[in-house]
Amino acid sequence: MLDIQNIELHYGAARALRGVSLTAEPGKVTTVLGRNGVGKTTLLRAITGRHPISGGTMTWEDADLSRMRADARARAGIASVPQGREIFPLLTVQENLETGFAALPRVLRHIPDDVFELFPVLKDMLGRRGGDLSGGQQQQLAIGRAMVMRPRLLVLDEPTEGIQPSIIQDIGRAITYLRNRGDMAILLVEQYFDFARDLCDSFAVMERGQIIKAGDKAEMDEDELRGMLTV
Amino acid sequence: MTIQLSLDGVNRSFDGFKAINDLSLTVEKGELRAIIGPNGAGKTTMMDIITGKTRPDEGEVLWNQSIDLTKTDEAGAARLGIGRKFQKPTVFETHTVEDNIALSLKDNRSVWATLFDRRSEVQKTRITELLNLVKLESDRDRLAADLSHGQKQWLEIGMLLAQDPELLLVDEPAAGMTDAETMRTADLLRDIAGQHTVIVVEHDMEFVRALDCRVTVLHQGQVLAEGSLDHVSANEQVIEVYLGR
Repeated sequence: MLDIQNIELHYGAARALRGVSLTAEPGKVTTVLGRNGVGKTTLLRAITGRHPISGGTMTWEDADLSRMRADARARAGIASVPQGREIFPLLTVQENLETGFAALPRVLRHIPDDVFELFPVLKDMLGRRGGDLSGGQQQQLAIGRAMVMRPRLLVLDEPTEGIQPSIIQDIGRAITYLRNRGDMAILLVEQYFDFARDLCDSFAVMERGQIIKAGDKAEMDEDELRGMLTV
Repeated sequence: MTIQLSLDGVNRSFDGFKAINDLSLTVEKGELRAIIGPNGAGKTTMMDIITGKTRPDEGEVLWNQSIDLTKTDEAGAARLGIGRKFQKPTVFETHTVEDNIALSLKDNRSVWATLFDRRSEVQKTRITELLNLVKLESDRDRLAADLSHGQKQWLEIGMLLAQDPELLLVDEPAAGMTDAETMRTADLLRDIAGQHTVIVVEHDMEFVRALDCRVTVLHQGQVLAEGSLDHVSANEQVIEVYLGR
């Protein structure tokens, strides 16, 4: 389980996270909601090790995450589907998927079958370059690439942003499948409210670098949340 | 009212993606205007076009109803009186607060004048005036590096004002500030408006509310709604966009 307590993060002197606490458990989808600029992506950067925190604690399966390098976190089972997908445009689909091998022991260095079961289009396009795929296909590739790492914590940063509705459905199905497998904690940052609401088990809403509301799905008051997410 | 800046039918694409899509917008002289909108709405591209950093593919951008801004570059826009403050504070960290302002004054910058520069009374008065305005008078002898994040942002706004711009473009000043700094920044921008035209891009809604000004909501490179914050926040389309639908 991921346990974040009271973390702070600064960009230079600017305080981007203010005492953020959050947990994510295997078999559950935790969604982080909020308007743009409130600190959602920064929170994911703190978790994946792309930016150091300046206070608080982060533990993952009883290990102290805050001192771990980003590559060590990947080996510890944390995989990320970044905003904007960050596909390697000049590598083929196959090569993009194989970049996930870097964090794996030799025996696991193959692409799991369920990647192609969830996203058959990737199988048809294995030899194509990542940069030639549509936005939606790239998003599927980014999720597939993360799955190759056999993560126990998957963080997704706005996977529906700029993606057509039919592929959003595929992505929703994939997240549900991974959640139901039960071996993975999923942290989903979203601005597409309906999508996040339908998928999540628990939620947190951020504003100005803080979590201003959190709870289980049953405690989600839609009208109240809408008020927090709109202007 | 006189029009300071007008955009008419402006288009700009990047690799087929329409960052700015038939955008039309008018800002009056002395106005304080907030621009909000979700990611990818075109806010930064719009600022880039106004400051001559990016050229539009089509459309008209007029300064004071006469000068065509699509033909100017960044230095040209600055000379016309368009000042821009980027999100990250950019001050001379190893100089004092006072010197930061002095370095930014609109003066003769030729080699000779710079080499033999003596601070005149007029300059001294102007520096004090500006430091009072940005609430850094008591910090004038401190190194800029030692200021808080919010103070650095104010100092940079002071440096922009030292150039005496007609228009200030300010990108997310409140990000990373404490609550108190955020509210002081809103006060500062309200003070500056009137004398100057101010356009602020912001995500922080408490800050936008405190600015108490006309708000433009951009979405997919166009104006989705415009009016008071209450007016735009009641707009169904705006709500849909913020819920990601």
